[in-house]
Formats: sequence, structure tokens, C-alpha cells
Amino acid sequence: MGIIRALDVVYEYLKRDDDGNVTGSIRAVDGVSLDVAPGDFIAILGHNGSGKSTLAKHMNAILTPTEGCVWVDGKDTRSEEEVWDIRRSAGMVFQNPDNQIIGQVVEEDVGFGPENMGVPTKEIWERVEESLKAVGIYELRKASPNKLSGGQKQRVSIAGVLAMHPKCIVLDEPTAMLDPNGRKEVIRAVRALNDVEGITIILITHYMEEIVHADKVFVMDHGEIAMQGTPREIFSQVEKLKELRLDVPQVTLLAYELQQRGVALPDGILTIEELVEEIGRLKECQS
Amino acid sequence: MLRDITIGQYYQTDSVIHRLDPRVKLAGTLLFIVSLFFFQNIGGYLAAALFLALVIRLSKVPFRYIVRGMRAILFVLLITVTFNLFLTPGRTLVELFGGHVRITYEGLKMAFFIALRLAFLIVGSSIMTLTTTPNHLTDGLERALRPLKVFKAPVHEVAMMMSIALRFIPLLLEETDKIMKAQMARGADFESGNLIQRAKAMVPILVPLFICAFRRAADLAMAMEARCYRGGEGRTKMKPLVYGRADYLAYFLLAVYTVGSIFIGRL
Repeated sequence: MGIIRALDVVYEYLKRDDDGNVTGSIRAVDGVSLDVAPGDFIAILGHNGSGKSTLAKHMNAILTPTEGCVWVDGKDTRSEEEVWDIRRSAGMVFQNPDNQIIGQVVEEDVGFGPENMGVPTKEIWERVEESLKAVGIYELRKASPNKLSGGQKQRVSIAGVLAMHPKCIVLDEPTAMLDPNGRKEVIRAVRALNDVEGITIILITHYMEEIVHADKVFVMDHGEIAMQGTPREIFSQVEKLKELRLDVPQVTLLAYELQQRGVALPDGILTIEELVEEIGRLKECQS
Repeated sequence: MLRDITIGQYYQTDSVIHRLDPRVKLAGTLLFIVSLFFFQNIGGYLAAALFLALVIRLSKVPFRYIVRGMRAILFVLLITVTFNLFLTPGRTLVELFGGHVRITYEGLKMAFFIALRLAFLIVGSSIMTLTTTPNHLTDGLERALRPLKVFKAPVHEVAMMMSIALRFIPLLLEETDKIMKAQMARGADFESGNLIQRAKAMVPILVPLFICAFRRAADLAMAMEARCYRGGEGRTKMKPLVYGRADYLAYFLLAVYTVGSIFIGRL
């Protein structure tokens, strides 16, 4: 069984008028089922309001489904007693780094999670050190989070989750508030965790470039899973992605347009190197 | 201008004072403040100034940095001084406006001492926050107030709230700055008019600021829960408080200062 499994998950928000009377409900997540294998790098994609963040919060028992079930590491998220175990095995990184850093010194913030779990002092220090090294900000351990760049702050948040030794990390749009450099730093750190430490990653984003390296991609729309497959499979359906109001990476779009004009390129080109290689091959064929 | 407020901020460096146990610093701040209220002559204030200068020197926090924080309370200081200067009865020194307003010898003395007392009070307490991280400070408070748990006082919760409030001060100041600039760009005027008009102009800043603060609080609460925070029960410490030799020495010096300065101040 997978580390995270969702079965027909439905989540409804109640709409209220000014007096607090219920006037209706919105289905933010509508019948989602998915199964994540340990060690996978999963990307969940969708435009604003597609329900991807709501789904993410189910994986950490912050929200519990209105209908259906979510199991994290075999535990039902609705059981009150196991909530803390679930949050320990599935850590969560949020969008705004300023609103999730509790400590005023980097190392204190990273130690916050293990402190809450009751880890002995000596081991907290070991965990903090190894987590900070894993995301490459060990030299900033004594700094104040207010003085860091966005990418660094977000890596502090990731280290904070990592120090709790989770099996899986859910990142809810961790790069949405960062500049391109910060985005690269964070994605590099996340990929390293997946490759080196074998931690399951669930990355929620609306930046297409970030999902190129994922093992599997889910595209959400109106609370439902609209598409799923490997990045290559997803990106080969350029028209459908446009329908879902998602931007395709420029290289993929260029390859697609060339293909439409009759250039014999394969579907779903993801990187510049790939395109260069394919065009090179075409030239060889012609000469 | 808003970012100049250094009260409640942490100054990152490594010094003897920074390494002291927060309980020592808490007790020190408290004793220092209490001692200020015992002084009746200039001698006491001199002793306090000397003590403060020594602590600042040891803390390696630049003096300019501390003074910059004082500017924020300059206004309060001026009002207090003015009131004391003009409204204390006693021997007349100067008469203004045909005897309606006068400065007395006692008033002058009182105003001078009050100004010193306030300034020392602020500098003394900001030394504590400048040299202690909020988490450390909270730990200290929690340990110092632990006996109150017997009466079911939510010691850990209050300490945690305080440390979070302290961490959010710079963020909220930044936010205020941003909102003010955004409104100034759209023609809001915060600088002209009388006091009431200026206060009224501040209302449109407060509303978005409050909304923003609540949103941040909700986000932070969620982030804390996601990291398994569930109150003080079963929590371990990354930096447990253990008294070292320096701490005992500091306690001793504090005792010497307190007794000595009060003795001098009441001669």
C-alpha cells in the first residue's frame, strides 16, 4: 500500500451570509482518489481555486474529508489519536515563509518540530545539524530569519520539517512567493531530498517547469483530477493543458508549435537540451 | 522610520551577556528597574549609568543601535518632562507669562530625574531583548514562573504567545510601512493637519493591518499544528536552561549592584 492513499475524497466549504446562516456549499475537492508510492516525487498541478491546496491539507490531517477517506502511512486521518503520528510522518511546507517560521534564529526554528515531538536534547541538535546541511544552509544556522532571502527562508521551513524525520513532505506552493533564483534553490533542495534521502515528495505548484522531474503528475481542475501521468504524457497534451488554463513550458510549447507546422518532432519535449538534440537529429536525417 | 524601533528586537552577536541564562537577565532587568525607583539623589543614577554602560559594553551591542530605539519614545519622554517641569509646586526659579506658568527648583529636579529614570528603564529593558532571543526569553519566563502552574496558570501558553508577538513585531512594522506607502501613493495624507486629523488618517491603515495580522496568525497556527505543536505537555528543549559559572557570577554582581546603588541613591 502507498504512503498516502486517498479514496473518493470530497471536501465541502460551507458558504455563509453576513449573519452566519449557511447559504450553500462549495465542493473544493470532489471525488479525488490517488495512491502515492514511497519514494515517489509527485506533482499536483492546477490553477488558482482548483482545489489543490485543499487536497494538500488533507495529507497532513489539517483538514479531514467530508466524504471518503485519506490514509497516511496506513493511518486514517480522521482518527483523533493518530493525528500527531500522521503529522510526524507527513510534514508540510506552506506558501508564505514568514508565516511558518516560529523561531527568531534559524536553528531554533528547525528545532521546533523535534521539541514538540519530545526528542531528547542531544538528538535535537543532531537532527538540526543534519537537516540544515541537507538543504544547504548550515552556515546560516545562527542568523535571524528576517534577514534571509525568500529562497533561504523557504529552505529553513523545509529543514524544519525534515528535522521531524518525516517519510513524506507535502509542499503547498512553496515557490509561489519567490523570485526565479529562490525558486531554483528550493526545487534543487527538494529534488536532493527525494534523490538522496529517498523521502516521498508531494509538490503542489502552478509552475510547469518545476514538475519536469516528477515521477507522476496530477492535474486538478474544479476539485477533480483532470489528468494524470508522467510529465511527458501530460505535456504531450498541449491543447488540453491550455483548456485547463495552465501554461506549458516555453520549450514544450515551441516544440508543439513546430510539430503543428509539420516538423517531425516527438511529443512532450521537456527540456531545452532535448529539443536541441531532436533538432540536431532532424538535420542529420536531412543531410 | 518605523523600522528604527529596536525595542523588543534581537541583536545577533556573540557576547558574555548573550550567553547568560535568560533567568539571570530577567532577574537583572527587574532588579535594575526596581532600583531606579529607590533613588533620591544623583549618586544612584550615576551608579545605574555606570552599571548600564558596563553591561552595554559587555553585550557588544553598538550604543548607536540602542539610542536609535530611544527615538521612538522621545515623544512620551518630552510630555512627561514638560508636565513635571511646569506642574511641580515649590521654590520658583523662572516665571513666564506674568506668573501664570513657572518653573520651580523642585520641578526641574523632578523632570531631570524622571527623564533619566525613563531613559534608563527603556535602555535597561531593551538590553534584555537585544541580547536574548525570544525563544530563550520565553524559556526563561516559563522556568521562572513555573511555580504558578500549581494554580493552573497557563504559563507555557502565555510564554509562547509573548515570544510569537515579539517575533511578529518587525514583520508587522514592515507591513505598516508598506500599507502607508501604498496609501500615500494614492494620495493619503498622514503628515498635515492637527493631531485629531492625523489620528483619523491612521484609521485606514489600522483596518488592513488588523486583517493582515489575523491572517498571519491563522497561517502560523496552522503551521505550528502541522509541526506537531500541542502545548507544553511532553515537549523537550533544544536549549535547556542550565546555570553555569558565569550565571552565578552575574547573580552575585547583580546583588552587589542592587544593594550598592540603592545605598548610594538614598544617602
